[in-house]
Amino acid sequence: MSAAIIGSAVLIAQIMLVAAMGCATYRILRGPRAQDRVLALDTMYVNAAILLVVFGIRSGSIYYFEAALLITLLGFVATAAASKFLMRGEVIE
Amino acid sequence: MRRWLPYPLVALSLLVLWLLLTGSTSPGAFLLGGVLAVAGSGALAALTMPAAHLRRLATIPALLLDILVEIVRSNNAVARIILSPGGTSTRRSGFVRISLDMRSPHGLAALACILTATPGTVWVEYDSSDGTMLLHVLDLIDDEAWVRIVKDRWERRLMDIFE
Amino acid sequence: MNQAADLPLWAALPVAALVLLGAGLALVGSIGLLKLRSFYDRIHAPTLGTTLGIGCVLLASMLFFSVLQTRFVLHEILITAFMVVTTPVTLMLLARAALYRDRQEGSAEVPPVPPAAPPVKE
Repeated sequence: MSAAIIGSAVLIAQIMLVAAMGCATYRILRGPRAQDRVLALDTMYVNAAILLVVFGIRSGSIYYFEAALLITLLGFVATAAASKFLMRGEVIE
Repeated sequence: MRRWLPYPLVALSLLVLWLLLTGSTSPGAFLLGGVLAVAGSGALAALTMPAAHLRRLATIPALLLDILVEIVRSNNAVARIILSPGGTSTRRSGFVRISLDMRSPHGLAALACILTATPGTVWVEYDSSDGTMLLHVLDLIDDEAWVRIVKDRWERRLMDIFE
Repeated sequence: MNQAADLPLWAALPVAALVLLGAGLALVGSIGLLKLRSFYDRIHAPTLGTTLGIGCVLLASMLFFSVLQTRFVLHEILITAFMVVTTPVTLMLLARAALYRDRQEGSAEVPPVPPAAPPVKE
């Protein structure tokens, strides 16, 4: 009973998160401007971290947690660097 | 004491972080975490960061609870705005310029984090020459109302703690 | 999925509800990324996922592993703490970068630099 409840909830959650990542991918591809793409990439990182935690619940292993932590940190560094580039890149132009 | 632990709070949080990361409370983990905490806060001292002097610590739990309630409430509000079918035309979003009385950098950082972490408001920039900040609000009904919310609900309480 | 069968029903229901709520909020945030018109509107959308969205899923994960292992699993607090600290910083950096770029282009959508202020740094 519990297995069925958790299993179906996790499956639906995974589908929703993949749809969310699809929305973010569309925004990355379409833009229209560079800051939109960076924002969408940041959203993608967060969605990926949530997806990994959900994977962890599904497989019952705590090792996905480490991956989620890494994705969170990488997302922060990537977005901070990209925003900094957006500010500096135009000055050089 | 002052020389070895210039930032006791930072050192304590580094130790807690290490213990959570290793998931054990064995003496070895404590030792390694302690070394890491001393080294980490020492490295921070080399950057000569201004130390924060917190006062009225008793008000912090109530403030954190209020932040949590506000986050849940505005999550609901923003989700409603996004999911409403044609409501985007009647809604007005825009910038509000608010002049702040708080000058403590730690207090301003805390205010910026609170406002940005709450869905629906984003702290855009702060001008330290005249102490005004620019806030972008997703659902801007009344400029004055937002000035009052920021100043009464958050700024005064943060000034009690940080100044 | 093999371990979930050992979970008592009183824990399974909140875990399932929290997972669904968190994933739903992340989805709504990403839909907002598609649907809202201007960049400054869109910057509000991902905060749904980064606050309550990931918070609910992490709470579900904590509950799941704590009940299964019959001891507290608090790893997830770390991700929550990192999220709370990092999200506002990235969003503020991005908003400032966007404002700077719009001002460079002379866009009418954004407020101008206040007159008393010195020129924007860098």
